[in-house]
Amino acid sequence: MAQAAAVARQPRAGRRRTGAEPRRLPYLLIAPAGLLMLGFIAYPVLSVFYYSLQHYNVTKPWKNGYAGFDNFTRAFTEDPLFWSTLAFSAKWVVVEVTLQLALGLVLALLVNQTFVGRGIARALVFSPWAVSGVLTTTIWMLLYNPSTGLSRYLADVGIGAYGTSVLSDTGTVFWAAVLAELWRGVPFFAILILADLQSIPKDLYEAASVDGANRMRQFLHITLPHLKDAIILSTLLRAVWEFNNVDLLYTLTGGGPAGVTTTLPLMIANTGIEGHDFGYASALTTVAFVILLFCSILYLRLSKFGGDRR
Amino acid sequence: MTAALAEKGTPARMPAHDTPAPPAAAPPRRRKRERAFDDVPRWQIYLPLALYLLFTLVPFYWMLLFAVRPAGSTSLVPWPVTTEHFEKVWNERSFGVFFQNSMLVGVATLVATTVVALAGGYALARFDFRIKNGFMLALLCSQFIPGALMLVPLFEIFRNLQMINSLGSVVIAETVFQLPLSIILISGFIKNVPVSLEEAAWVDGCSRFRAFRAVVLPLLRPGLIAVGSFAFVHSWNHFLFALMFLSEQDKQTIPVGLNTLIGADSVDLGALAAGGVIAAVPVVIVFAFIQKWLITGFSAGAVKG
Repeated sequence: MAQAAAVARQPRAGRRRTGAEPRRLPYLLIAPAGLLMLGFIAYPVLSVFYYSLQHYNVTKPWKNGYAGFDNFTRAFTEDPLFWSTLAFSAKWVVVEVTLQLALGLVLALLVNQTFVGRGIARALVFSPWAVSGVLTTTIWMLLYNPSTGLSRYLADVGIGAYGTSVLSDTGTVFWAAVLAELWRGVPFFAILILADLQSIPKDLYEAASVDGANRMRQFLHITLPHLKDAIILSTLLRAVWEFNNVDLLYTLTGGGPAGVTTTLPLMIANTGIEGHDFGYASALTTVAFVILLFCSILYLRLSKFGGDRR
Repeated sequence: MTAALAEKGTPARMPAHDTPAPPAAAPPRRRKRERAFDDVPRWQIYLPLALYLLFTLVPFYWMLLFAVRPAGSTSLVPWPVTTEHFEKVWNERSFGVFFQNSMLVGVATLVATTVVALAGGYALARFDFRIKNGFMLALLCSQFIPGALMLVPLFEIFRNLQMINSLGSVVIAETVFQLPLSIILISGFIKNVPVSLEEAAWVDGCSRFRAFRAVVLPLLRPGLIAVGSFAFVHSWNHFLFALMFLSEQDKQTIPVGLNTLIGADSVDLGALAAGGVIAAVPVVIVFAFIQKWLITGFSAGAVKG
């Protein structure tokens, strides 16, 4: 009886809450996040655009002031480093993301199978995901060390020679860096893809095998289409991330030897923070921003993302 | 060893996957189904997996080896084990201080991110409001804005706020860059909790907040753990903000400490490895703890959004 009374009394109270309060409540709820993002993302982005049109060099305060497009002209026409850096950035992103996607897909399919020791195998192969940037560098520095690294032990069994440093040779440094980044990048893809693999209804495969479709056909016609959205999203996120990430290359190669592993963000950090040329760094940032935006839109268009969603 | 691995791996996973066919299923059909998508030849799983495990684990082993092996030794088996490198980095290289700073930054970022993202995620999951789409768009767009490229203006902001050399600047920066993804993930988790559960609590006389705390929050626990540990691991590992905003040595975090070891003129590999192990231990513990929630967390939150 008390319960009935409560039910009779409550709806009005309930409606008051859901009716009047929610008008302001959602705004109140997003306010902290919104304000933080306005202050520490939106405002900095706008000021980057503003600085890019200024001469702003802490070490040359007498030359500061409005610059027009000077900084951009300097990048596109005068700075020989700019184009090589851009080319390296593109190569880095394409190679990394392609290899990570391919290996991540295979890895996810593997650990999605049922087998003895699966739990522990998953934990182990995913573990580099937790490790990043400088720690990855630390680990691979130890492996690549010319006198005590892996090459020493490989030389002992007749592979390679003593004292080779893969990080100071312009021919090998790229693949050395790629390998280190793959080590911690593949688990990211694998985890995302595995998460999506598990949401595929099992009866789809059942039906397919009843219809006599072999594993390859099942993969092509059930698994891949189902993974499409996850693959598109994770590829895009990862590409942006690989483009932007500074930690690994900054510490592993420092952009060298001879600048051959300098990406655009690395160049920006060098010009802005170490060279104190904030105006030029901001112009480079604007360029990077436009490239990212353009590539992202193009990618989403080409992959027809969202166009034919279930 | 293998037996132990096998025992650890099986019980949790096997039942879920092997959920038997409904009793009505005729034996031949069942056999066919199993062969079709469950019965890959064992070696096709174990061989590639073993190769990949080698690639994953050798680097970890290498770091451990250098950390516990006496200086000057070239043995691939770390015996006798020494703690000299750990003592050295912890005391002389002030990794003890770095560790404390990193912990502070990590935990503060975790708490701030989770609380702020929970509020935002709830708003997105449960309400329709005028700027909702705009807010969502802003969240997505901010994913494409790299932290590294905003160092200069962020540096200026924190200088104006007089927060350079304060761990607070790093906590704010890390939190801000964790927020978008965390909000998207959490709103995904909240959407998975049926509204009817909350409504039932309102009818029983709960305020919206109490209903949320009593009904929704417990169901969100796995998701929150995933998001929180994400925030922790990221801020623990992230390097650039700490490097740029903290110039005093006793304010530095572990990644910056590691970087100074890497950059040292005469690289002390033992110390470097020991520092690496100290840096890895917390994230590995967190990771081992959340690993099983991570996958479900992602499939519930991120991809389905």
